[in-house]
Amino acid sequence: MLAASRVGGGSRLDAITVRGLEKAYGPVKAVNGIDFSVPAGTVFAFLGPNGAGKTTTTEVLEGLRNRTGGDVRVLGLDPWTDGAALHRRIGVIPQDFRFFEKIHPREAIEYYGVLFNVKPDAMALLEQVKLTDKADAMYETLSGGQKQKLGLALSLVSNPEVCFLDEPTTGLDPQARRAIWDVIRALKASGRTVFLTTHYLEEAALLADTVAIIDHGKIIVRGTPDEIIRQHGRPDRISVEAGPEVARYLQTKLGMTAVAANHHVDVELPEKTDALRVLQALEQSGLTWGRFSVIRDTLEDVFVRMVGKMDEGVVHPEASA
Amino acid sequence: MNGRRVVADFLVFARGYFRSPIGLFFSLVFPIILIILFGVIFQNSGQSAVNLPVVNMDHNSAASLSFLSALNNTSVVKVQVVTLPAGMSLSTWLGNQGDPVGLIVPSGFGADFQGHTNVSVTVITDPSDAFSSGVVLGAVQGVTNQFNFEALHGAPFVSVQTATVGSASFTELDYLVPGLIGFSILTSPMFSMVEITSTYRKEGLFRQLTLTPLTRSEWLLAKILWYVVITGIAACLMVFIGAEAFNIHIVLSVYSIPFLIIGPLMFVSLGMLAGSISRTPETAAIVGNVVTFPMMFLSGTFFPVSSFSPGLQDFAHVLPLYYIIDGLDQTMLFGNTGRALIDLAVCIVIALVFFIAAVITFKWREE
Repeated sequence: MLAASRVGGGSRLDAITVRGLEKAYGPVKAVNGIDFSVPAGTVFAFLGPNGAGKTTTTEVLEGLRNRTGGDVRVLGLDPWTDGAALHRRIGVIPQDFRFFEKIHPREAIEYYGVLFNVKPDAMALLEQVKLTDKADAMYETLSGGQKQKLGLALSLVSNPEVCFLDEPTTGLDPQARRAIWDVIRALKASGRTVFLTTHYLEEAALLADTVAIIDHGKIIVRGTPDEIIRQHGRPDRISVEAGPEVARYLQTKLGMTAVAANHHVDVELPEKTDALRVLQALEQSGLTWGRFSVIRDTLEDVFVRMVGKMDEGVVHPEASA
Repeated sequence: MNGRRVVADFLVFARGYFRSPIGLFFSLVFPIILIILFGVIFQNSGQSAVNLPVVNMDHNSAASLSFLSALNNTSVVKVQVVTLPAGMSLSTWLGNQGDPVGLIVPSGFGADFQGHTNVSVTVITDPSDAFSSGVVLGAVQGVTNQFNFEALHGAPFVSVQTATVGSASFTELDYLVPGLIGFSILTSPMFSMVEITSTYRKEGLFRQLTLTPLTRSEWLLAKILWYVVITGIAACLMVFIGAEAFNIHIVLSVYSIPFLIIGPLMFVSLGMLAGSISRTPETAAIVGNVVTFPMMFLSGTFFPVSSFSPGLQDFAHVLPLYYIIDGLDQTMLFGNTGRALIDLAVCIVIALVFFIAAVITFKWREE
């Protein structure tokens, strides 16, 4: 069930609407008047460097932290004042998930089942996050990744309409990361809304319908990954194994920007047909050249250019799943 | 308030407790160790007489032998006539032997007694052993008075009979057990809740619980119920082991039960309060210890409050644990339900104050 969520012009089908959200810690404004909405049934990735206001925003949306100003609705509810009602309808895996040390994953799911007054199939949930082999292991003996998986399983116990996943794959091995990607895809396929924060930009590009990047408490860019790359990335480029003489030749012959570095020549392609022109010119040049490839900016390239080098938490996972 | 959620949280907490050797040790094993320890210490007390080395310088006159025989017959001292090495005083000899008390019967004791001339026996005592000194001084004084009456052919008009507070069959350990139960009521919930409250907050576990329908009051009630159960078990074990191993006679009466319920409520709340007002687990541990240790020793746990100086007694009377232990004393030892009810009323008021303060300061979410 999706509640009406009409705040400041938000769509009726928005699961989350944020208008002019502000949060200050004393004189420091962690979040400075941000607006966005998340359509129901989509995956929204919220990105930003450490200290940008990402976690604060997420916690305000989850009802864990009160806001200083603005309006926020999740499933039509105010997360702070309607927290008890909201928490029955959302699932949350917080950053650095922790739980009781002396409990088994199976028991933890059954415990949550009683709290939410549902009868979860503990083993099915553990299977979904690939944790069945640790169903009866003590929580304190689980690895960091296994704990994250349990956190994800617990967030799904109540069959939530909106899932807040705060860096759910941090520290996981590639296999476990892909298992969680599968869970996120399954959530989206079943009509659930996913609010995802992650340090892995390729993960965001792979999973998210919409991406927002926050920096210094303000959203600096928002859109689909493709839109962001198209609007804020550099033009596509063709990179050819060749010397500086090839760069000079192409600039003279075609009037295009060509840069030589490290035995490669990169030529910007304002139009997609320009790649053919470059290759034809190379063929006719009589100069020596080798392998070539077409390069397109990634979300991470855009992020790094817009925010500056992201904190050291940036990792490059395989995005080919 | 949802009973199923309270029970679920109770069971999860109980399971974790039983899986944690530390929690189990302080809740159940430590009280048992205490009762065994004090049982062994007091096992022979009140049964054996104080050994009394005696130097009889009257060369075994009939009067001196009669005096020593009378002392032996008191059954509180056991006379041991000793011969000192040449040049050694009895005081030095006692120091060497490790005996805390001794007696010198002077030369001419028999002749002076027969001639109605003043004569004194000398008792040498070690001030650090007040018990042995008191027993011997009392016995010697009693026998001396008897001899004086006989010498004057008189008889005392007033005599003394003794009885104990509570039952005559109570031993020292019986009098200590309510204090030890009080100790258990204090330490287990207090230390545990201080640690849990501060650690859960630091590690974000309260935030995690906020995201479920479990309420603060349900969580707190589950903890109180757990400590009522664990404290009750500990109290029963202490009384049972005391009775079986050390022949104590007190029992947990039905009137003791309210103290076993209100005590954990009081100290779970106080522990939570101490944990809530502390910023870090390290600070919480310090606050917890500052609150707990004075109560542990000044509430009548190991020493009767009546033996304290007046100022310290006044201080003891503001300590919450005092009213728990006094209530247990009144119900388990003295059968004084009137005073126990007053203690219970005070405990309820204190527990409610702590509970309300804890609920107000105990926050799962941050502004």
